[in-house]
Amino acid sequence: MTGEIVLETRNLSRHFGGVVAVDRVNFTLWDNELRCLIGPNGAGKSTFFKCLTGQLSPSEGDVVIRDFHAGGRQPHEVSRLGVGIKTQVPNVFDGLSAEENIWLAARRWQSAKRAKVVTDQTIERLMLGDIRKDHVGVLAHGQRQWVELGMVVAAEPWLVLLDEPTAGMTQEEVVRTAELIREINETATIIVVEHDMQFIRMIANRVTVFHEGKILIEDSMDKVSQDKRVREVYLGHRQK
Amino acid sequence: MIRSREVRWSLVAGAIGIIFLFAAPQVFELFAIINLTTVLALAILALSLGLVWGYGGILCFGQTTFFGLGAYAYTIAAINIGETTGPIFIAIFVAAAFAAILGYFIFYGRVSDVYLAVITLTVTLIFYSLLRRTSGPEYKIGNALLGGFNGVTSPPLNVPGDPSNILFPEHVFYVAMAALILAYFFCVWLTRTHFGRVMVAIRENELRAELLGYDIRLYKLALFAIGGGIAGMAGVLFANGIGRVTPDIFNLYNTALTIIWVIVGGRGTLIGPILGAIALFYLISGLGTQATVNNNLVLGIVLIVFVLLVPRGIVPGVIGIWDRTQARSKLLRKEKRLRRRRTTRQPEPEAANDG
Repeated sequence: MTGEIVLETRNLSRHFGGVVAVDRVNFTLWDNELRCLIGPNGAGKSTFFKCLTGQLSPSEGDVVIRDFHAGGRQPHEVSRLGVGIKTQVPNVFDGLSAEENIWLAARRWQSAKRAKVVTDQTIERLMLGDIRKDHVGVLAHGQRQWVELGMVVAAEPWLVLLDEPTAGMTQEEVVRTAELIREINETATIIVVEHDMQFIRMIANRVTVFHEGKILIEDSMDKVSQDKRVREVYLGHRQK
Repeated sequence: MIRSREVRWSLVAGAIGIIFLFAAPQVFELFAIINLTTVLALAILALSLGLVWGYGGILCFGQTTFFGLGAYAYTIAAINIGETTGPIFIAIFVAAAFAAILGYFIFYGRVSDVYLAVITLTVTLIFYSLLRRTSGPEYKIGNALLGGFNGVTSPPLNVPGDPSNILFPEHVFYVAMAALILAYFFCVWLTRTHFGRVMVAIRENELRAELLGYDIRLYKLALFAIGGGIAGMAGVLFANGIGRVTPDIFNLYNTALTIIWVIVGGRGTLIGPILGAIALFYLISGLGTQATVNNNLVLGIVLIVFVLLVPRGIVPGVIGIWDRTQARSKLLRKEKRLRRRRTTRQPEPEAANDG
């Protein structure tokens, strides 16, 4: 890979009691990448993701985003670097309108005037016009996901971390989300955690496979999907 | 649209308040006016909890801590200084600063909601116990004897810059009413600023607010301190209404009562807690004149009825009913219009045929 390293983990581990969810992971992400993290349930993807975003502090090791040591910091400190984060279960402001949700994201970094413009642009870009006045709590799961994506986009981040962005979406919404992610990738580096393989095929160029808290393999989607070990961990076959 | 309606209603409330400000002393007797000053102080206390709990989602079970501290700080400072303008600001500062210190440990320690309620309740009860034990002559701050459970007599407000010119009870009422109106509009303004909207966002989803880059600890601390300051100001007025501060300010009954005001009036509104405080004050003092039913029993029933039947409180409940009837009448009007159009349109083709 070429270019600048924008995110790195050094011997990152996270234990829960005696369970080792993430085990000494060394991970490197280069500028402008669109990286997918995959792996079967319990592989440690989500724990790894939460260590990157400050939701969990690592038991050992460090996370470095550009020059900032993010391990053990608060989520708002990670976000403050210009990192947009979408969590697995949609975290939105249920009692507020879609518009207010997105405004709150835009207004964090922008003046009042500019925030209004960015909010309008984001609503248009994500085609949320019909639901902009609706309380997010009453929306369908897929729509809530889009509102959350809108909040990520409205903050104009240079690094975007997405945890299962297509969960609960219809096929059509998945396709649109893939398009949106490729679009975001034009201006930002992205990590996507997913287990919908079809979706990953739509967007992936480089894939990191997690298994039992470690990185099993890291390569292009074609190579990964042909790899024997990957098939084993996904399908549960034993090598004979 | 929702916003503009909010503005309209708060302006209506403000107008009613201002009319009341000038009309009440003309209409009521002196005793009622003195009583009203106390009620207004309690209403401001309710407003402060309505702000902190309703908009910040911080269930402070000891809002009376800051109220009582404000009352004591005002009284002690006024006795020592010999005038009352400075002590008002000292009282607000002491209450806000204490809220900030307490809030620092709570929010930066990431204490969860239930423990926050327990801690704030405990703090107010600690003040209650401590101050009750200050009856000896050795317990004094400057010239002010703390007086144990008898408390301290509060000097009445004087005209700023003229300590010998003491305000009459009617004038103290004007001050209290003006303070309520100002505090109310301050809170309305605050909830509409970027800060206020972030507070609502934090109430809705803390993690999302953090992921957007807002330091929720700092925001909560700020709101808690502002709420403490407003409660402190209410304490100043309460000391003036009663004429005395006693440790009873900090007791369990009063702190539970503030919570009930907000529940009855309506969380998530600012006018609701104010109305809740006023309504319950007059309900309780009305019941005080009879001996058939126990006060606390009635209060308990009121609380149960509201929690079970009107969980959102009076004001949001009324707004909900209003919205539904509005929507229904709009629908009826629309139907009527459609029907009229249909009946006027039907003859048209015949007319065309005739022609």
